[in-house]
Amino acid sequence: MDIGSHFNYWVVIFLMMAGFYTVISRGNLVKKIVGLNIFQTSVFIMYISLGYIEGGAAPILTEGTEVYANPLPHVLILTAIVVGVATTALGLALVVRIREAYGTVEEDEIHKQDSSF
Amino acid sequence: MQHHLILRVVTRFVLPFILLFALYVQFHGDFGPGGGFQAGVIFAAGMILYTLVFGLDNATRVVPPSALRVLMASGVLLYLAVGFATVLLGGNFLSYDTLAENAKDGQHYGILLVELGVGITVTSTMIAIFYVFVGRNLPSDDTRAGS
Amino acid sequence: MIEFILDLIILVFLLVVAVTVIRLRDLFAVVMLFGIYSFLSATFFVLLDAVDVAFTEAAVGAGVATMLMLATLALTERREKRPTHTPLIPLMVVLATGALLVYGTTDMPAFGSAAAPVHTHVAPHYLYESPKEIGIPNVVTAVLASYRGFDTLGEVVVVFTAGVGVLTLLGFSRRERDESENS
Repeated sequence: MDIGSHFNYWVVIFLMMAGFYTVISRGNLVKKIVGLNIFQTSVFIMYISLGYIEGGAAPILTEGTEVYANPLPHVLILTAIVVGVATTALGLALVVRIREAYGTVEEDEIHKQDSSF
Repeated sequence: MQHHLILRVVTRFVLPFILLFALYVQFHGDFGPGGGFQAGVIFAAGMILYTLVFGLDNATRVVPPSALRVLMASGVLLYLAVGFATVLLGGNFLSYDTLAENAKDGQHYGILLVELGVGITVTSTMIAIFYVFVGRNLPSDDTRAGS
Repeated sequence: MIEFILDLIILVFLLVVAVTVIRLRDLFAVVMLFGIYSFLSATFFVLLDAVDVAFTEAAVGAGVATMLMLATLALTERREKRPTHTPLIPLMVVLATGALLVYGTTDMPAFGSAAAPVHTHVAPHYLYESPKEIGIPNVVTAVLASYRGFDTLGEVVVVFTAGVGVLTLLGFSRRERDESENS
């Protein structure tokens, strides 16, 4: 196996794990959502990498071009990006409500308040 | 943002181009990169810029929240309506061949309408979400935080 | 070759930004870095011939998502508190997951290979039959709106539902609510 041919995937996996680590190790809810978004964007890069063909063109048909990148991952990710921002907004709205109810967005402090009831 | 003169002038200058570009992306999506999702987000980004520079009060005068609520639903309904129209015309759900005499023309109309529906919903949802977040941020809102 | 070098530079930038996001505790900087991260990935999508996706990512990631996060920061706190737990368990989980994923890539086809299984199923049909069946040059739009129209309908409904969810959680501005209460 050639290192150069899989290098892209490994970098993407590192980025995914960076996002994942942020989600599970940080207590701040805003930071968790940023981590989740980094994870998500890395998955997008993974998908688009899979659709890439060396020497291909963007999938807009023109005369005289034979090889195009695979359009299917593009379609899936295109919609996923917009859905992603809508769901991120929902998550952020929940964070705002949590802040209003508990006065903090740190997970530990929220747990402490919950257990004192 | 009342004092940022340069920002206000530049925004006023750039905004028509952003909105026009969004419309171009919307209706040129068949031939170049673009489509309803991109156009919706670009249009919303233009309105967000306007809201940031000129304030929520002016923005809600341009695009009132009540209109946004209607538009959010009407985009989805337009999409569904195209789907049911193809069924009523004797085709499968969302197979646009039946929309016109010629199958290719039908596909063109179908894609145009569906992308329009997508664009309307995405634009209005993004603007509505931004309004809601900024609306929470009004200084006089702070008193409500504890209640 | 030049493409490979550009590819490498952007990937290195992405790595640096991702690691900095983990380390920084100033959330304003974190959010701005996330905007940069999105913009870099949009540039990367252009290199990988995904112009439509790059377009969306640039408008969404660097525009709307960053603005929403900044608006949230204005409503919450700007600084993250020092983490109280040791990062040992999360680190082990992440390392194990990462190792498994890297192991998984060894079976994957080489990056950019035209013979990869993903290019042999429906993609050739979309690319070479759509001029006859749909008749528009942008294959991404053709697949999005026509071949996979039902899928896209679902996505639009998800966007709509998320919007309704946000409106339900936060409501429109105070002024409008006051008016409806007074009337």
